[in-house]
Amino acid sequence: MELEKFSYDNSIVRKFIIATVVFGVVGMLVGLLAALQLVWPSLGFATDFLTFGRIRPLHTNAVIFAFVGNGIFAGVYYSLQRLLKARMWSDMLSNVNFWGWQIIILSAVLTLPFGYTTGKEYAELEWPIDIAITLLWVVFGLNMIMTMVKRRERHIYVAIWFYLATFVTVAILHIFNSFELPVSFLKSYSWYAGVQDALVQWWYGHNAVAFFLTTPYLGLMYYFVPKAANRPVYSYRLSIIHFWALIFIYIWAGPHHLLYTALPDWAQSLGVVFSIMLIAPSWGGMLNGLLTLRGAWDRVRDSAVLKFMVVAITCYGMTTFEGPMMSLKSVNAISHFTDWTIAHVHIGGLGWNGFLTFGMLYFLVPKMWGSKLHSPTLANFHFWIGTLGIIFYAIPMYWAGFAQSQMWTDFTDDGFLANPIFLDTVTKLAPMYAMRAFGGAIYIIGVLVMVYNLIMTAKAGSFQKEEPAEAAALTPVYTPHKGEHWHRALERKPLILTVLALVAVSIGGLFEIIPTMLVKSNIPTISSVRPYTPLELEGRDLYIKEGCYNCHSQMIRPFRSETERYGEYSKAGEFVYDHPFQWGSKRTGPDLAREGGSKLRKPNSWHYNHMLDPTILSPGSIMPPYPWLIDNELDMSLTAKKINAMRTLGVPYPVGYENRAVADLQAQADAIASDLAGSGIEVASDREIIALIAYLQRLGRDIENEVETK
Amino acid sequence: MSVMIIHIVVSLIIALAFLGAFIWAIKTNQYDDDYSPSVRILFDDTKPNNENV
Repeated sequence: MELEKFSYDNSIVRKFIIATVVFGVVGMLVGLLAALQLVWPSLGFATDFLTFGRIRPLHTNAVIFAFVGNGIFAGVYYSLQRLLKARMWSDMLSNVNFWGWQIIILSAVLTLPFGYTTGKEYAELEWPIDIAITLLWVVFGLNMIMTMVKRRERHIYVAIWFYLATFVTVAILHIFNSFELPVSFLKSYSWYAGVQDALVQWWYGHNAVAFFLTTPYLGLMYYFVPKAANRPVYSYRLSIIHFWALIFIYIWAGPHHLLYTALPDWAQSLGVVFSIMLIAPSWGGMLNGLLTLRGAWDRVRDSAVLKFMVVAITCYGMTTFEGPMMSLKSVNAISHFTDWTIAHVHIGGLGWNGFLTFGMLYFLVPKMWGSKLHSPTLANFHFWIGTLGIIFYAIPMYWAGFAQSQMWTDFTDDGFLANPIFLDTVTKLAPMYAMRAFGGAIYIIGVLVMVYNLIMTAKAGSFQKEEPAEAAALTPVYTPHKGEHWHRALERKPLILTVLALVAVSIGGLFEIIPTMLVKSNIPTISSVRPYTPLELEGRDLYIKEGCYNCHSQMIRPFRSETERYGEYSKAGEFVYDHPFQWGSKRTGPDLAREGGSKLRKPNSWHYNHMLDPTILSPGSIMPPYPWLIDNELDMSLTAKKINAMRTLGVPYPVGYENRAVADLQAQADAIASDLAGSGIEVASDREIIALIAYLQRLGRDIENEVETK
Repeated sequence: MSVMIIHIVVSLIIALAFLGAFIWAIKTNQYDDDYSPSVRILFDDTKPNNENV
């Protein structure tokens, strides 16, 4: 057999490494700003693009898609070539993948802080960017699959299976969750409404964790941990079982994000059962990673790379045990909407993704630049300060989550809420929030030390752009017969066939099923639930734009502690016109589902003053002020288009209503402005604040009319 | 809850695609040897550019 000479493309790996480091630092600093704003709200500087509601999506998107995303590409582009003994199929596609991904990140930076958002967590980017992500993802997948086709190693190592599952599943999830109707270039409405939107969103949201933060990193673990320890993985057989069991179970676990909500019970139970089952493959993989170091534990003492990897895998084990526990309804009743969730995701994010990335970088940079790590001492410093950072971050958040949950559910002996004022349960958390910010800050110090260490390491060596390699080509297993049908060739390429079939089926399904099924929904309708008025609709869009859902839920669970505090629990039929749903996932502030209802209703002037400066009415509030809502004129140029779009999505506005919408809007706005004038507040009726007040006052009212008509 | 049907259909399609890939892997003898792949990846077929490493 003849040896073929070729070379591995290292420069694409270098590009992704640099991007990983840069966006890691940026994304974490944005996170630190968000954390500090919860301690000192004045750090929002009363500036719209710096408020928590816009900064937090920037942080989550940056660390998930920019830091971890580039980390995935760096690791995949490095390991894939070596595992397959083949250069990436197309240098051009590799570079399109790199630059395209960075442009998408840039467009996120240019849209999210300025309020262009779909209002769905971790899927906030607007529709043109969604399309770009889809195309880029296909470029990545095509390059990867074609490299596999041209491979010189018959066996497909387990890491590559993880990469493939990542590609296929993320593509499907992203497409289905991003199904939205554009209103303008940077505004769209989710195709799904209310409970349906919630289900699709959390099917996506959960699997973003599963297939973006977990499976690709497990692939990286199966390559880089054995390489760094110079030991074969503990059990290759276990790794195969780990892979197939994990991917088959993961896609069904999404509904555990919607326990005790208006989602049908059987769907919630399905999510719980699959979540519990996930412990088995997750821990199988975790043990497989850790036991790879059997007999080599002494090396962990000397190698910063292995130290980072061991803690990363341990954190993976902790989160994948905690996750299923939090999916139990009785535990979820305590943890949901609290900082417990924040602690959980940061054990995963800082520990598993962060530390595995750092381990990989400390391994790759000396190798690719042909030098020794500049300072093992600094790497050890990074390890210890990073570990301390995780501890200082997580423990206060667990404490805060549990404490707040207890305060929410506490009753006095006489049967009243022990903490009827929500704010009291927030101000008590201030020390915990401060400690969390400290933990995050020292974690970032560690990262900055790593940046210095890696730069010095690279400077001491010389980068090898093309790494020469040689391997024999694969002999074809099957030679085609003369005159056979063209389809036979495709049948012999199961990978391509799978992908093509999947694409074909999905597109077919997409265009046939969704519009016909979703527009006429069979959710139990409540006759008194009516579409939003044009002014309320505009107000709702402002609610989405300001990212209110980052701190306020709109979902009252059927617990006495919640119905006492907020009113009647939420029903599926209440959300049929909500494109997108705004249930939220965290209550840094109180639930708003019944904000306009008889129990919680406040005068318009209260809302006006509260938005101007929350601390006037609620001393100690950590909500940022929104003075610009009072200065900004409401943009009504899209109102008619929005009404049309909503009608397309199944909201029963009468035909031709779009022509009267603006007049209706102005009439309602004038009424609110004159009511405010009656309270001594002079504000023009064309300001954004009026629309937002209209929306907040509408929340939770319809269902009360239902009770009255009975 | 019509979206449930879509949700389940799409999840099943993904699961079936994975099942197809699994069957393919077995049929093409990917899993006949469950030891040596773990060792093979440890051997680098390239030389580092600096001999002093």
